[in-house]
Amino acid sequence: MSTATGAPFGPLGVMRSWLRLRSGPRRRGFGSPIAWVIFLIGAIYFLVPLWATFLHSIKTRPDPLLAYRQVFADPKFLGGLGYSFVVGVLTIVISLLIIVPTAYWVRLKVPRLRPVVEFVTLMPFVVPPVVLAFGLIRIYGGGSPITLASTDFGLNVLLVGAYVILSFPYMYRAVDTGLAAIDVRTLTEAAQSLGSGWTRILWRVIFPNLRTALLSGAFLTLAIVIGEYTIAQILARNEAFGPYLSLLGRNQPYQPASVSLISFALTWLAMGAIAFLGRGSRSRVQVAGAR
Amino acid sequence: MFLPVAFLVLGSLRNSEGALTLQNYSDLSTGVIPTAFANSIEISVVTAVGGGLFGLLLAWSVILGGLPRFLRTALMTFSGVASNFAGVPLALAFIFTLGNVGFVTVLLQDFGFDIRDTGFRLTSKLGVELVYMYFQFPLMVLIIAPALEGLRREWREAAENMGATPAQYWRHVALPILTPSILGTMILLFGNSFGAQATAFQLTGGTMNIVTLVISSQIRGDVLHNPGLGYALAMGMVAIMGASIGLYSVLQRRAERWLRG
Repeated sequence: MSTATGAPFGPLGVMRSWLRLRSGPRRRGFGSPIAWVIFLIGAIYFLVPLWATFLHSIKTRPDPLLAYRQVFADPKFLGGLGYSFVVGVLTIVISLLIIVPTAYWVRLKVPRLRPVVEFVTLMPFVVPPVVLAFGLIRIYGGGSPITLASTDFGLNVLLVGAYVILSFPYMYRAVDTGLAAIDVRTLTEAAQSLGSGWTRILWRVIFPNLRTALLSGAFLTLAIVIGEYTIAQILARNEAFGPYLSLLGRNQPYQPASVSLISFALTWLAMGAIAFLGRGSRSRVQVAGAR
Repeated sequence: MFLPVAFLVLGSLRNSEGALTLQNYSDLSTGVIPTAFANSIEISVVTAVGGGLFGLLLAWSVILGGLPRFLRTALMTFSGVASNFAGVPLALAFIFTLGNVGFVTVLLQDFGFDIRDTGFRLTSKLGVELVYMYFQFPLMVLIIAPALEGLRREWREAAENMGATPAQYWRHVALPILTPSILGTMILLFGNSFGAQATAFQLTGGTMNIVTLVISSQIRGDVLHNPGLGYALAMGMVAIMGASIGLYSVLQRRAERWLRG
């Protein structure tokens, strides 16, 4: 299969490089002025608050880095960040394991059910986080058959569960868009005729082909989980990052600015790493195709 | 997922003695609650449409506008990060930017322009909308980008071969294809904003009159002095969200049917 799609030489390779040459200048040019204006407005809007936060974080005198020193000396800071990151990764894994097979199966076998599944994955919008947390606390709280809300472990389970639900719409939309872009049926039949079982098809064929879609879904989920405040706060997960920063923001003058920036930088690193991994494997494919 | 909802329905139908009643729902029209709903809806619509349109333009500018490729990568990565920059840290960043001693506020004062003279407050509706945009654009960019990438070059070439101008191509080919995605994403943005609580909480110290803040202060301290009313409030939110999602599926089905036809 890889020799067919990635043919470096022969008519296909020639045609490809011809297409590349022909379309190259127009697509890789300087771009339209309107596009630049839009992009610049966006960039200014995005960057100014960050710059302002940075300026605020170094306002301490005489030591401009005082706020940063204090934050790193605070064990709650690293603890909170680590906790939220682990919760986020767990959420992504569970959510993917649920959503990808479901979306795949629905698209391939029971397209009739698509509106139903879409509706179910949109439930988190019908039930906003604050309401969801409210309901969870009441159901799993004291006096009910399943009392999860009384132990730390139970509350952690509830938190991940709530986040998995929150991630459904983003994950499903991303996966479904990804599935729409590939020829699911042909890929499946090809894999089947080569003797693959369902697990293998999902794991070796569907997952890799959905990489971009899955990454954008994972981006969103991680984004949502680490920045999340409402549910964590209501479920009394005060070690989570959101509640920690909120408290800090109300009590300290300069530290919140530095923590906001640090969290931004760390998330940027995490996202960059994920994007890099994804692009690495994708560009390998592209390189194989181009040469 | 359905269990909490069922629980809310039951809770909303009981008064403080546990007897069945509809009183909680009629109480929704009293006090701060109608304004809270109106405020929430207004903010959500403004930021969903505004954020959606600008997000679409941004995605267009990097994917189809011919900007250098690294800007596109930068924007996509940044969007992932920026939508994460919601909630508490976002509110803080804007306080440092446009608050009373914020960077931009002070900068403008140096030029003899006091932003507060225009009546602008970060804690006002406009202020909250401006802040919400920060997570609305990136979300739109992230979700709409795959759809824009899905626009095949062949389609445009076919349109051009038949003598279509770029405007005609967008009007008759690209936008109709994109419409379901655009509408769908805007509904996501509406929900994103309607359900938002942390940002507004941190920004206004919980004083702003929007539904999520009323509910969360109800959970914390029964400020409405009636547990049942809290449930009814939650149900009200669920109803509005449900209605908007319903509208979304109708719109999308229509758009898709049209696309197929």
